[in-house]
Amino acid sequence: MKLKKGVPLIDQHDRYGFWGGKFGGSFIPETLKKPVEDLTNEFKKLRKDKKFLKKRDFYFKNYIGTPTSFVKLDNLTNHLGGAQIWAKVVSEANGGAHKIYNATVHALICKAMGKKYIVGDTGAGYAGKMLSMAAKKFGLKCKIFMGAKDIKRQKPNCDAMRKNGAEIVPVYSGSQTLVDAVSECMRYWVSNCDNTHMCVGSTVGPNIFVKICGWSTAQISRELKVQLKSEFKKLPNKIKLINCVGGGSSAYGFWSEFIDYDRKKIELIGVEAGGPKKSKLHAAPLSQNAKIGILHGAASYLCQNSEGQINDTESISAGLDYPGVSPIHCFLKDTKRARYTYATDEDALKAHVMVTKYENLNPSLEPSHAFAEAIRIAPKLSKDTIIIVNSCGDAKKDRDILRERLGKK
Amino acid sequence: MTSLLSKAFQNAKNENRPALLTYTVAGDNTKKKSIEILKSISNYADICELGFPHNTPIADGGQIQTSAYRAIKNGIKINDVFSIAKDFKKSKKNKPIILMGYYNMIFQYNENKFLDKCKKVKVDGLIVVDLPYPENKKFAAKCKKRGVNFIQLVSPTTTSIRLKKIIKDSHDMVYYISMLSTTGGKLKVSPKKILERYSKIKNQNKSKNVVIGFGITEKTIKSLKKADGLVVGSAICKEISDSINKRQNPVTNVTNIVKRLKNKIK
Ligand SMILES: Cc1ncc(COP(=O)(O)O)c(C=O)c1O
Repeated sequence: MKLKKGVPLIDQHDRYGFWGGKFGGSFIPETLKKPVEDLTNEFKKLRKDKKFLKKRDFYFKNYIGTPTSFVKLDNLTNHLGGAQIWAKVVSEANGGAHKIYNATVHALICKAMGKKYIVGDTGAGYAGKMLSMAAKKFGLKCKIFMGAKDIKRQKPNCDAMRKNGAEIVPVYSGSQTLVDAVSECMRYWVSNCDNTHMCVGSTVGPNIFVKICGWSTAQISRELKVQLKSEFKKLPNKIKLINCVGGGSSAYGFWSEFIDYDRKKIELIGVEAGGPKKSKLHAAPLSQNAKIGILHGAASYLCQNSEGQINDTESISAGLDYPGVSPIHCFLKDTKRARYTYATDEDALKAHVMVTKYENLNPSLEPSHAFAEAIRIAPKLSKDTIIIVNSCGDAKKDRDILRERLGKK
Repeated sequence: MTSLLSKAFQNAKNENRPALLTYTVAGDNTKKKSIEILKSISNYADICELGFPHNTPIADGGQIQTSAYRAIKNGIKINDVFSIAKDFKKSKKNKPIILMGYYNMIFQYNENKFLDKCKKVKVDGLIVVDLPYPENKKFAAKCKKRGVNFIQLVSPTTTSIRLKKIIKDSHDMVYYISMLSTTGGKLKVSPKKILERYSKIKNQNKSKNVVIGFGITEKTIKSLKKADGLVVGSAICKEISDSINKRQNPVTNVTNIVKRLKNKIK
């Protein structure tokens, strides 16, 4: 298994859609074959279409508000006394998280295909909120599938979705979290694929959804590359890019421009949800060495039992609380280009507290997992090491959880 | 050699009616009960489909999900599914049985081991919901090698070119999904339209047995009786749920509904 240079990772799959010969694919019911094929052809066409690219860039700039800033966290760096810690503040993007890139692109594709209805899944509520925003902006009718447990724990984002005119469909099956939301959304698409477009909220699902999402979030690393060069004149020699990984869309977007570099120069570190310290449950298939399995139309490392039943997961962060992970991250793991670890609920909370204490930054629980790893390794590293954390979400949505766990107002 | 599946279709044809195919979930609501249900309904059904339950079934609606979750909660494992099939075949050796489920369970069990086991317990056919053509080519060939019918699915969204290829690659039976829906949906396409599409499939190759499934209930079954076979799943799974809720014997109730279904297509 080998990575190719000069080819975007999203395109390094075989004709059946597998990365490294075994991750990804399109394990879908017959009914979805045609809509998936249509979407695949449309995307292939659009990504080469200059007019479409211009439109994308226009909305990225004027609607999403790129570039998001790249800042040094001086106080945190001084406090930890080791590597320099920087943040790419993706939470500045319209809506408060990276999910807006994928949502905007899907809405544009939906329009291009002449469909009026768009549906999507959400865990933390950001993917849903952003899709509801984009749908509103582009005049599409929008339905969001969300686990009942997540509706409760991410209320601010649900309020936003409703305000944007989207219908939230609560999902009561299984663990009532993201995994069930994605399943139910796919079922809805099976029944309505003739007039409805589906957006998958991360770099997961059948091959084409991995590609579209990765193509959208890749904007983050394009910006970062420019910002790094303007800040340091040339790319520094020791960079560590740390990102939380749920499905992996934020991490892929943060890394895509840097995958071709030597890992000694630019290390890629993905941080999964380790769940509560005392619990056996987690949402960390990569770092806990789960076996390969098939979920939601793709093969990936997967939290499952020996029979192939999907395991319950547990995480304080709804956005990372998912048993599978993107096939492209499985590929990055097996080729050893990226390293994956996890942070527990407690680690993430502590990191959130420390970052908000020292910096004017309010990372949500998902990127707090990434900060936990940065905080863990920074003191041991030299001062010329540049750690960059993707602060990909804002903690407003976590208001209730933070209040309960930290007694914060 | 003619397969048991083909024979079952031929028998029905001789009686001038479509074959009746039932779908139940292995282990619903217990291992013992599901064997009893199978044995009892097979007195009226021509072919029995037996689902191996998965906890993330992306193409199934509420009724079959409920049955699957119930069976899993009661501890059903893949090996139990095989032992149910084996037990069934011991007493009903000429009644074809089809296993149906999602690919991850086969993948975890190991493809070859799974198919060897199918052969050993005399499973007649296999439907894998999320392994479509052409990805399923190798798998279908492995089935054939072991004398297990791999059953291809065709849907209203299947294009003509694709349809040709699928039929060419199919074994004795093809499953036509009546409408854009998960299992358990209400029939939202007219029977006339469904039968038109059915004929188009049938005309590709008359020797293939084409069954129609999804949305078939006591209410709708009669309107589709021109087909080679008709599959009823959710209506049966619902009957099991209702029986449990009413504290009645699911075996009797399910048998009665299958009997009524059969009477409607005679
Ligand atoms: C802020 C934030 N970060 C990360 C994630 C995890 O998703 P992904 O790994 O696709 O970036 C989510 C998902 O909802 C999120 O809202």
